[in-house]
Amino acid sequence: MDKIVNDFSIRVATVNGTGSQSSNNILFKSLFRMGVGACGKNMFPSNIQGLPTWFQIRVSPQGYQCLRENDDIAILMNAVTAHDDIASMRPGTTIMYSSDTIKFRDDEIKPGMVMYPLPVEELAKKITNVKLKQLLKNLFYVGAVQVLYGLDESIVEGVIRDTFKSKQAAIDANLEALKIGVDYAKEHFKKTDKFVFEKGNVNNGKIIMEGNAAAALGSLYGGCTVLAWYPITPSSSLAESLIGYFEKYRKDKDGKGKYAAIQAEDELSSAGMVIGAGWAGARSMTTTSGPGISLMSEFIGLAYYAEVPSVFMNVQRVGPSTGLPTRTQQCDTLLCAFASHGDTKHIMLFPSTINECFEMAQETFNLAERFQTPVFFMTDLDLGMNNWVDKELTYTKPKYDRGKVLDKEGLDKVKDWGRYLDVDKDGICYRTLPGTDHPKGAYFTRGSGHDEYARYTESPLAYTRNMDRLNRKFDTAKKEMPKGIVRGEAGAKIGLIAYGTSDHPVQETLDRMKNPNIKYMRLRAFPFGEDVEAFIKSCDKVFIVEQNRDGQMRQLLETQIRGYQDKMDSILYYGGFPLSADFIERTLKGKL
Amino acid sequence: MSETKLAYQKSDYTGKPSTLCKGCGHDSITNAIIESYFQLGVNPSSVIKLSGIGCSSKTPTYFIDKGHGFNSVHGRMPSVATGANVANLKLPTIGISGDGDTGSIGLGQFLHCARRNVDMVYIIENNGTYGLTKGQFSATADLGSKAKRGAANPYPTLDACALAIDSGATFVARSFSGDRKQMIALMKAAFSHKGIAVLDIISPCVTFNNHEGSTKSYLFAKENDVPLHELNYVPEAETIEVEMKEGEVRSIELHDGSHLTLKKLDKDYNPGDKGEALKLINESIASKTLATGLLYYQPDFPDHNTILNICSTPLVYLNEAELDPGPDPIAKLNASMK
Repeated sequence: MDKIVNDFSIRVATVNGTGSQSSNNILFKSLFRMGVGACGKNMFPSNIQGLPTWFQIRVSPQGYQCLRENDDIAILMNAVTAHDDIASMRPGTTIMYSSDTIKFRDDEIKPGMVMYPLPVEELAKKITNVKLKQLLKNLFYVGAVQVLYGLDESIVEGVIRDTFKSKQAAIDANLEALKIGVDYAKEHFKKTDKFVFEKGNVNNGKIIMEGNAAAALGSLYGGCTVLAWYPITPSSSLAESLIGYFEKYRKDKDGKGKYAAIQAEDELSSAGMVIGAGWAGARSMTTTSGPGISLMSEFIGLAYYAEVPSVFMNVQRVGPSTGLPTRTQQCDTLLCAFASHGDTKHIMLFPSTINECFEMAQETFNLAERFQTPVFFMTDLDLGMNNWVDKELTYTKPKYDRGKVLDKEGLDKVKDWGRYLDVDKDGICYRTLPGTDHPKGAYFTRGSGHDEYARYTESPLAYTRNMDRLNRKFDTAKKEMPKGIVRGEAGAKIGLIAYGTSDHPVQETLDRMKNPNIKYMRLRAFPFGEDVEAFIKSCDKVFIVEQNRDGQMRQLLETQIRGYQDKMDSILYYGGFPLSADFIERTLKGKL
Repeated sequence: MSETKLAYQKSDYTGKPSTLCKGCGHDSITNAIIESYFQLGVNPSSVIKLSGIGCSSKTPTYFIDKGHGFNSVHGRMPSVATGANVANLKLPTIGISGDGDTGSIGLGQFLHCARRNVDMVYIIENNGTYGLTKGQFSATADLGSKAKRGAANPYPTLDACALAIDSGATFVARSFSGDRKQMIALMKAAFSHKGIAVLDIISPCVTFNNHEGSTKSYLFAKENDVPLHELNYVPEAETIEVEMKEGEVRSIELHDGSHLTLKKLDKDYNPGDKGEALKLINESIASKTLATGLLYYQPDFPDHNTILNICSTPLVYLNEAELDPGPDPIAKLNASMK
């Protein structure tokens, strides 16, 4: 029989809050340790317990970190969704299901489907740890997968031991439940499908990490000392991870914190705290998602106009309004580019990987202080909350760029200091920190009209001068943003542009299409540098791939880099699940 | 306060000329702030002064030019002050707000700032009206009080002091902008308090709320002001003034070792009793009198920076050497995430 080795997709359908996440992670981690290229995505509901949830594992020789549109194996443990789930599976696929809670009619089973009925409730009677029975039932399908598809027994056991660490009772209970599943599968299942896992070596030097944890670690290494936040999915785990790192790595010898972490009463307050702390001279940040940015927008305008360093980490979810709060999108691109009333525009960074979450998070603090302005770290639920396989993180000795700050000695040296005087003609002025003990060290910060010496004014000339200088500052920033990353032949005439998590399926699309006339630029920052215009200019046609309805990055490109509107087109997905290469390839081929 | 008083001149505490209406109560408050800082000898460069939006929020430009000021957004001064205060716990922090800023748009931030016991002085310049937008009612306007055009306020008043006490503020006082002596005594005590000190100062609006029928007019306040105590603030290094007779004096030790002495007038008032404070405020609202003085004082509750366990070096001055966890945590994490 033909085998399909390490190149297929599994969907596990369970009920939220029943402990399936732990089993799914055991499955995922076991594959990782076997050296199989694995990608795991959690499709979870906005709910604590009871609603349907799906976990998708895709294995591929290339280790792609994005899903296929179709799955090859469905493990159906949730009776509520089982009939829809099987309806979405193609002929010839494999269905493992909880056979004492789910009964399929004959007409639901498509030609060639391989059925593995797993009597979960019956087997649950064998579980000796009655208290954990509900959770442990999920180990049965792990055991069955181990038998049917070839998970390494000792690796699975090792993962279980590491998962529960010193909790021996939990380890024993999980191993017992796993064995019940293994024994049942060995005795009752005859393998008739083609899918198998085989040990490989694609994960050498790699780790499994969530983007939120990586961004939190980057914030720690970036020298963040003040975190003010308000809980909102999918950003909460970023703040909570950072607090965890703070507690572990930021205590002085007396056990006091070299940080302040404040859970604010709302997003307005967290933005205010970040701006207050940034004004005082601390590296400060908040974590939020789209609705939070909406609430913070008044403050963001203040920070732009009063020129206060501040970092806003936006883990995007599906809007508008509450939208789909546990699903992913890139729908705040325009919101963050221009957040607030009046003429405002902001620096944004777009990480695509775990390593970029770590490294760009550090860089956001340098940019915020160098340009004395809000900086947006734009990630999304997919990158933030899913487990990603990426190369190990690398330590670089930090060198903070605190920007143009005049201390007491610095003030002694300058003859004439004004907070908003453009001495260096780059639009960036010198600031002093509150508390600077110098007779001319103080200035008054305000969101109302101000002149070069930070004095209140309603003068049209002073106002215009200031707004023009802010433009100059933005122009300076353009030159210092991370460049786009280009793949493909320079002479290719069809361009793809994407950013953030869309990068992974675009890369896969390029691998599949092998079309030498297609090249690709991954944007990593806004404002766009000259390289972005050069790329667009060199193409006859440019497709901007993004995860929102309105082609927000395309709109931004059209307004910021004028003259190429006619050659731009969009490839848009906005259903809330992570983007797939299947979708991009199909859509792109339809447009070529 | 370790600085000697002689280190600074009074002129070190002045600011830009006021652009408020002539005779505005807020200017009296500004003058009392200047006098209080001067008397305490606080380094003017160390002071940070923050505000929201409104007439009151313009006043930080009228005092201590030598300190950094921040006129932020409407109702959000508390969060900006909280952020600045945790970032640099060495800076004496004063926030100036108004009744619209605190009682309406910023009510949530005010209460949470009180609840966190942020180490700051929070002054509400309370005139019961929106001056800058020309005379609309604020939430602290009294039930039945009349607006400039004669309409009576149909809603009950929010009492900033009662709300602050309920929310966990540890120093809550009320005063009147016409009573300079009391204001200065309360301010000096407030500046010495570790934690939030809320001062609700009735400050009649000369333009929009100083007419017959308004309970926040100058005349009304002057005639209905019932001081709780005659206050006298005594820094640690000095003796209690002799003119006070024993038995009349209640001495409260502040966190920095200085003392606030309360001179009882007509009743034995205990500012350490939350229930009594709230009862007094409720009676005050019912009887339309102004009970002024230190309404509530709780010196034992830790301030926000203590709650957060922040190190003594201001966070803003920590550098790479102090903040970088080094390569080991990354090596360990890399090893554990497999």
